[in-house]
Amino acid sequence: MAEFTLPKNSKITGGKTWPKPAGATETREFRVYRWNPDDGKNPSVDTYHVDIHDCGPMVLDGLIWIKNHIDPTLTFRRSCREGVCGSCAMNIDGQNTLACTKSMHDVAHGGAVKVNPLPHQPVVKDLVPDLTNFYAQYASIEPWLKTTTPTPQKEWKQSHEDREKLDGLYECILCACCSTSCPSYWWNSDRFLGPAALLQATRWVTDSRDEATGERLDNLEDPFRLYRCHTIMNCAKACPKGLNPSEAIAELKLKMVERQI
Amino acid sequence: MSGPSSMRTPLARVRNLGSSHSGTKDFWRQRLTAVAMTLLIVPVLVVVLMLGRSNQAGAAQTLGSLPIAIIMLLFIIASTWHMKIGMQIVVEDYVHSEKLKLACVIANNFFCIAVALSSIYAILKLSSGV
Repeated sequence: MAEFTLPKNSKITGGKTWPKPAGATETREFRVYRWNPDDGKNPSVDTYHVDIHDCGPMVLDGLIWIKNHIDPTLTFRRSCREGVCGSCAMNIDGQNTLACTKSMHDVAHGGAVKVNPLPHQPVVKDLVPDLTNFYAQYASIEPWLKTTTPTPQKEWKQSHEDREKLDGLYECILCACCSTSCPSYWWNSDRFLGPAALLQATRWVTDSRDEATGERLDNLEDPFRLYRCHTIMNCAKACPKGLNPSEAIAELKLKMVERQI
Repeated sequence: MSGPSSMRTPLARVRNLGSSHSGTKDFWRQRLTAVAMTLLIVPVLVVVLMLGRSNQAGAAQTLGSLPIAIIMLLFIIASTWHMKIGMQIVVEDYVHSEKLKLACVIANNFFCIAVALSSIYAILKLSSGV
């Protein structure tokens, strides 16, 4: 059955409150999920106080400040710090988003900034989720141009109108905020491809240069791979790039019906 | 489905048994029956209110009218079909044990067919006055 409670070894117990930084005039409280695979203990939530006058405005700045000034063992992914790479996706104040583009001043009206890893994924350590399955699902939709016609000498041509059809699809950075916010994905992530992979599937099904549209639809036509989407729309709410995977999935369903009737 | 400890590669686990090339028919029929029920619900409610105020002879007379009987039959077919698809989706969403899922799907099919056939039989019996 679907899991409605956390497994015993995933239940959050206690946590350490770290002392406020000496000399700080104004601080912001951060409550951060901690789990270390090596110590055999249950996860906990540690409380830190960040000196906001010595730190950038974003949640990621706060986490980096904690790592540099308080606790070097705090583990999280980050790279571009400008919403392009998707590495720092995490659950902040109950919403999946990118720590680098989420201002700590927008969180909970000045209350504690609660930071957890992306939901319903195995945790590697602290805020780092294991996205192996997510990436394999992306690979399974074969996200590259597939053609049978011999490759032209210069390039595969595409009209401006056809190129515009890819807007709202190609911008995905595969941060996994959408898929891990989707209840259908929580219950059936082994078989449901999830909003991110399906948005990318739509991107290739829509591409006028691709010659494998039918094959791609064949590969997706499945009660679990595609039809687990019940248009809950958490994906669209979570997407930090403002995309709408739910709409993209609806387009796929429409194409499925279109080729049958 | 192999567990995470399986030595299969992640891609092999995702591809698993491949696509079943199905689901679109149920998706389409669920919407088709929803539209049908939206159109039929008002006349059906009127008929049900009429039946509620009459005795068996009156009910037989009301259902003896061909358009009324057809409306009721169409509504039963649309609603039980919709019920069958909807319940199957709930089972597929939440029941993950393959054996229990199979049992639930079989029970759902039997239940919906039984409800549909007994309702159709009742209407035909009343409307034909047998």
